Amino acid sequence: MRPADRGEFDSLYFEYPHFEAPARNAVEPVRPVAIVGAGPVGMVAALTLARHGIRSVLLDRKETFNDGSRAICISRSSFHILDHLGVVAPFLEKSLAWTTGRSFYRGQQILEFSMPDHAREKFRPMYNLQQQYIEAFLWQAVERSALIETRWQSEVTGLTSEPSQVRLTVKDPVGSYELPCEWVIASDGARSPVRSMCGLRLRGENYEGRYVIADVQMRHDYPTIRRALFDPASRPGGTVLIHRQPDDIWRIDYQLRDDESNEDATREENVRACVASVLSEIGHSGDWALEWWSVYSANPLLLDDYRHGRVFFAGDSAHIVPIFGVRGLNNGIADGHNIGWKLAAVLQNEAGAALLDSYTPERRGATLDVFENATKSTRFMTPQTHGLRIMRDAALSLALTRPHVGGLANPRQMTPYTYADSPATAADDPTFNAGPRPGAMFQDVDLEDGFLSGRLGKWFTLLTFGDMPWRMPGVTVVSVPSDGEVAEIYGAADGSAYLIRPDLHIAARWRRASPESVEQCMKKLLWRRD
Amino acid sequence: MTEQELETIYEALASAIDFAGHKQSELLLAKIALALSDEIEDQAIVLSIIEECKAGLDAPPID
Repeated sequence: MRPADRGEFDSLYFEYPHFEAPARNAVEPVRPVAIVGAGPVGMVAALTLARHGIRSVLLDRKETFNDGSRAICISRSSFHILDHLGVVAPFLEKSLAWTTGRSFYRGQQILEFSMPDHAREKFRPMYNLQQQYIEAFLWQAVERSALIETRWQSEVTGLTSEPSQVRLTVKDPVGSYELPCEWVIASDGARSPVRSMCGLRLRGENYEGRYVIADVQMRHDYPTIRRALFDPASRPGGTVLIHRQPDDIWRIDYQLRDDESNEDATREENVRACVASVLSEIGHSGDWALEWWSVYSANPLLLDDYRHGRVFFAGDSAHIVPIFGVRGLNNGIADGHNIGWKLAAVLQNEAGAALLDSYTPERRGATLDVFENATKSTRFMTPQTHGLRIMRDAALSLALTRPHVGGLANPRQMTPYTYADSPATAADDPTFNAGPRPGAMFQDVDLEDGFLSGRLGKWFTLLTFGDMPWRMPGVTVVSVPSDGEVAEIYGAADGSAYLIRPDLHIAARWRRASPESVEQCMKKLLWRRD
Repeated sequence: MTEQELETIYEALASAIDFAGHKQSELLLAKIALALSDEIEDQAIVLSIIEECKAGLDAPPID
């Protein structure tokens, strides 16, 4: 929502483009993949497919990007995905990197935490960037791609599943038409129409935790450090989060009490009053302009299965997560990247169709992991019982003298999820005593002439240690010395190897590898029969 | 003590307070404090902790 004197897309700092409805032919050929929803998740999926040479049609009922800043925290693992897709440059240029968070209790700082970071990492743990920019930068790449056809103002109104294809009914300003496709990726958001058309519902335990998320534009002198205010004078009993964004935009999130309705809380005069009192508490006395606001309800819900026949759900259509974990967007980007390479592999006969069944255990597992962490954060941010509330206040109060106890207020920002027990990863080689396990995301390292992330192939990469000049069809071999820092981080010896999947997760590792064992492993993980 | 251990204790105390209810939670917490003092067997430490915990209460009372 925006102030009364401005339209829905009348931003103080962002120029919204207008996208025309598509020119289209009377008869539609069968598409390999249709993606419903051109938000960040849909665009990442389209770009991943395109990178592997697969055409897709991207449908969105809107005529521009989403209306506000919404998801603003992009994690290191998402930056690695954007980098691997070759689109990270504008993100790096515009976003604000951060590593530090500070928690305050009744106006006094009780905790400062830093997320793990190291100079051998190419990217910082977290970056702040408004969602419209995220969409705009992805769109630059989508628009350039000859393999992605985007249809704006095109709403999916019907879906018929057949054994060998799905028929979508699409409505645009010209009329309704049928769009046949082999596979569908539904990245159409929390209220996913495709999910309803498939007769599916999100499920999970319901606990309320509602926040107004509001952006203001102001000149405010504070570094890019996330601030969490517990029980502040401006919102007694509640929690307030403050994030810096580019273009002098500041995000103020404040928790609503049970007796505050969404309708009242989102009235402009009420938002202005709450923001003003938070700003006065943090010592901002200068001018500020209200840019945009919305309500975020933090109920963790997810689908039982992210796959429904030929339809795959990705992002908010598959799972909605509480606000504190900063994992809605990041989880969605990983979904799009995960299903993207798997569908490409199957469509190009590089893998058997059974590979697609690894999507749900891997990505649903990641969501459950988010829930577990978020539940812990929520318990602290929004205590649900008297006991939790007393303990929370006791911990905060005690944190003034005992920093160790203040650690309980650490919001546990995301670390990438390890795909344990996935059918698309191998069992671990137990002789390793360091390094990323199969299922974990690869660990970036500085190879002195550039980062490992820059040497990874489009498809599988084999990271070998020592003198192993192997050539394997379709696999990018990166050879590094068997001694030194890299070998140490990877727990590797002469002859060791790591097989890295196209989505940057470790497929398998061997303390002592042979070309045959690598080949056998790939064949098995990709369900190839040849 | 590890963060995980501290967190487990945090949760156990929260559910014990909920179990005791409003009327008896103060009694429960006093019992826990006495029992811990008995385990620690160091009067000076316990007395200094009592002072330390009082110090954090200058803000208005909780709810």
